[in-house]
Amino acid sequence: MKLNDKAHFGFGAKAFIGLLEARAADGNYALRNLSIDDPKRLTLRIGSSGSPADVSLSEEMAYLRAGDMLRLNPQTNDIRVLYRGSSRHNFLFLTERCNSRCLMCSQPPRSIDDSYLADDILRMIPWMAKDTRELGITGGEPTLLHDRLTALLGAVKEHLPSTALHMLSNGRLFSYLRYAERVAEAKPADFMVGVPLYADTASAHDFVVQASGAFEETLFGLLNLARVGVRVELRMVVHRHTYARLPQFAQFVARNLPFVDQVVIMGLELMGYARSNLDSLWIDPVEYQDELERCVHHLDQAGLNVFIYNHQLCLLRPSLRRFAKKSISDWKNIYLPECDGCTLKTECGGFFASATLRHSSHIHSIR
Amino acid sequence: MTKLAAGFKQIGHYRISDPYSLLPFRFMRLDAGRHVLTNMAGQHLVVPAGIMPELVERRLPTGHPLVPDLEAGHFVTQGADDVHLELLAAQIRTRQARLADMTALHMFVVSLRCDHSCGYCQVSRVSEDRKAFDMTPKTADRAVDLMLRSPSRQLKVEFQGGEPLLNFPVIQRIVERTKKRAGEQDLAFVIATNLAFVTDEILDFCAAHQICISTSLDGPPELHNTNRPRPGKDAHARTIDGINRCRARLGHDRVSALMTCTASSLAQPEAIIDEYVRHGFQEIFLRYISPYGFAVRAANKVGYETEQFLEFYRRGLANILNLNGEGVRMREVYASILLRRMLTSQPTGYVDLQSPAGAGLSALVYNYNGEVYASDEGRMLAEMGDKTFHLGSVHHSTWESLFLDSPLLDMADRTMTEGLPGCSECAFQPWCGSDRVFHHATQGDAVGHRPTSAFCRRNMEIMRHLVRLLEDDPAAAEILRGWAR
Repeated sequence: MKLNDKAHFGFGAKAFIGLLEARAADGNYALRNLSIDDPKRLTLRIGSSGSPADVSLSEEMAYLRAGDMLRLNPQTNDIRVLYRGSSRHNFLFLTERCNSRCLMCSQPPRSIDDSYLADDILRMIPWMAKDTRELGITGGEPTLLHDRLTALLGAVKEHLPSTALHMLSNGRLFSYLRYAERVAEAKPADFMVGVPLYADTASAHDFVVQASGAFEETLFGLLNLARVGVRVELRMVVHRHTYARLPQFAQFVARNLPFVDQVVIMGLELMGYARSNLDSLWIDPVEYQDELERCVHHLDQAGLNVFIYNHQLCLLRPSLRRFAKKSISDWKNIYLPECDGCTLKTECGGFFASATLRHSSHIHSIR
Repeated sequence: MTKLAAGFKQIGHYRISDPYSLLPFRFMRLDAGRHVLTNMAGQHLVVPAGIMPELVERRLPTGHPLVPDLEAGHFVTQGADDVHLELLAAQIRTRQARLADMTALHMFVVSLRCDHSCGYCQVSRVSEDRKAFDMTPKTADRAVDLMLRSPSRQLKVEFQGGEPLLNFPVIQRIVERTKKRAGEQDLAFVIATNLAFVTDEILDFCAAHQICISTSLDGPPELHNTNRPRPGKDAHARTIDGINRCRARLGHDRVSALMTCTASSLAQPEAIIDEYVRHGFQEIFLRYISPYGFAVRAANKVGYETEQFLEFYRRGLANILNLNGEGVRMREVYASILLRRMLTSQPTGYVDLQSPAGAGLSALVYNYNGEVYASDEGRMLAEMGDKTFHLGSVHHSTWESLFLDSPLLDMADRTMTEGLPGCSECAFQPWCGSDRVFHHATQGDAVGHRPTSAFCRRNMEIMRHLVRLLEDDPAAAEILRGWAR
């Protein structure tokens, strides 16, 4: 990113959120600074052609369109795309802080003051497309933001009333009923919380999330969310420390938590701590097909909606394939040479790019 | 196990090393080698019999493979006591959710007249021409108004007899008045009929008001006609013809059938089930005969010992499971109700398996003359001179007086299996219920004596059989789990 002097002056050299507005005849965009209350409009050029502009981005950003939003840092010349009007996979990254430390976390937490992230998001929400179908809230642990989280939920409710909002949370702080009630009051109409539960016993779950007492807090949180009428998705990540009791986990969920809207059984994404602990966590998915099949079958039989994420179709038993969802975002997934010619390739989510590090030795094309 | 990266703790760090604590649970012998445990919300676990002393004396080592199962099933706890109790409480609340709703099932005996003269009839009946035993429009109106005072969000109106179609104008009146005067309640209507008198006009009315038909089908023609005599000896032919006409006009799933097991049925469960399959039914209720009314008087002719029924039931269930294995869809209703109580936290509305007893709290009966009873069986006892279960009359009772100035509260108090002698310590208590009318009628005592109770013996053995099938027969277990939904 390059800024001219006028841009430096106009932005006070501070990082800011920029919104791409209408494109002029010369191909440059008008750029609105959302981080200051008296918005100054500047011009933005992408690539080398066209008229000089206040801000210039390289050619690789040519996919940007009017309506997209970025964070621009004049001091480091960094930019980060935060929102794309045309994407169905917009995530609001709320914080890097977390009160758990899961063995396989793909986004390891950091104890830093990153409150600017929530401020930026609050600035952006009024400018998002009104027909945005889905929006995700992720972290870190979003519930650590307390008032700012409820403010964010309220902003989505006000500005994006028809958007489906999905939040990932470990649910522990919802063990405080008052907090669950406040979220229920603030939330937009279409809102769901995805809460991970990694075991049917306390010690096994607490071990995976590396926090004593977490199992109890999460379960109280789930009961409180149900009590205040917030829809819940349950998430289970399968690895060497969780696969063995998948069938019993399903029984536990069906019996104790029949009110959840859906249950998602996920494969590992080999990022962050999942890389650090890879040798301890890794199990080839073909080795747990029996447990997975019994688990999914039991949940399905109990009338719960169940999905399998991050699993390649060639590794799943045929009876499980109908539960698999193309869960990896289109711009994130890859396929391997073994996938060439596979008749299920278009239905298969493929791999996270990180799968080049390790993947099942049983990947094959289905013909 | 391979090491975790620096800074991560091993699972041992999160295990409470002290012995586990026991949560409240019941247990009993399943068979020679096994015990069955049930927790307060009815989840069960089968364990080797020899392990019980170690288990209850908290001597099982933490690494024992049963410990995670015991913990996940809320039988023992290791440091998360509060959440175990909260999850159990949530399950119990869900199971009992219908109790707060009060009475949902309302049975209207619109006529005592009947053309059939079934030996097992649990209701009294009079011959077809005696109109004095019909419900009058005035009585019907008062009964509807009383019913609409029920706080239940769902109201199921069931027309009974005698043969209710013999007084069809009053059925029409009740349906129309109920629909006109009901508030937010969900309404459902069922006519329990032998279908001998069904006409196109009746079917048009049933179609217009989404009324379901429940009929009796006891088995193949010979058995059905023996059990259910009528002039012309054509009960079976008329029933089948009626079923087909109802299905054609109302839709296949609007018609259900019930069978009653008599002494003549005992030898032929397979033939009875085949009859249901042949006529396109996907469920059958292998139903024990009730010891009331004509059935008591005719006990020698139609009755049988509990053991004989259990043999019939087990044979019938095996046959149904085999059919399912061959791809025939067929469900046994009583097993389905029990399995739902055993394997899920969902409430079940079946009146005879409630604690406190469902009579009155779940169902009320409005007799043709306006007298109100806690159950159909209670009405029968009154016909035989025993008015124990009489609650009031549509002509001078209020909704409140039916419950408060009647034996009902006392009945509820004395039919909670959680505290009944012989039930309170039984491992099957969370799945079972109490039938006060049955014990009153057969043992002359409201609470009853379990070791000699046919109700207890029959239910215990059916539940024991289901637990064993779930444990020992994977193919059967798979089918049975599907019935629990």
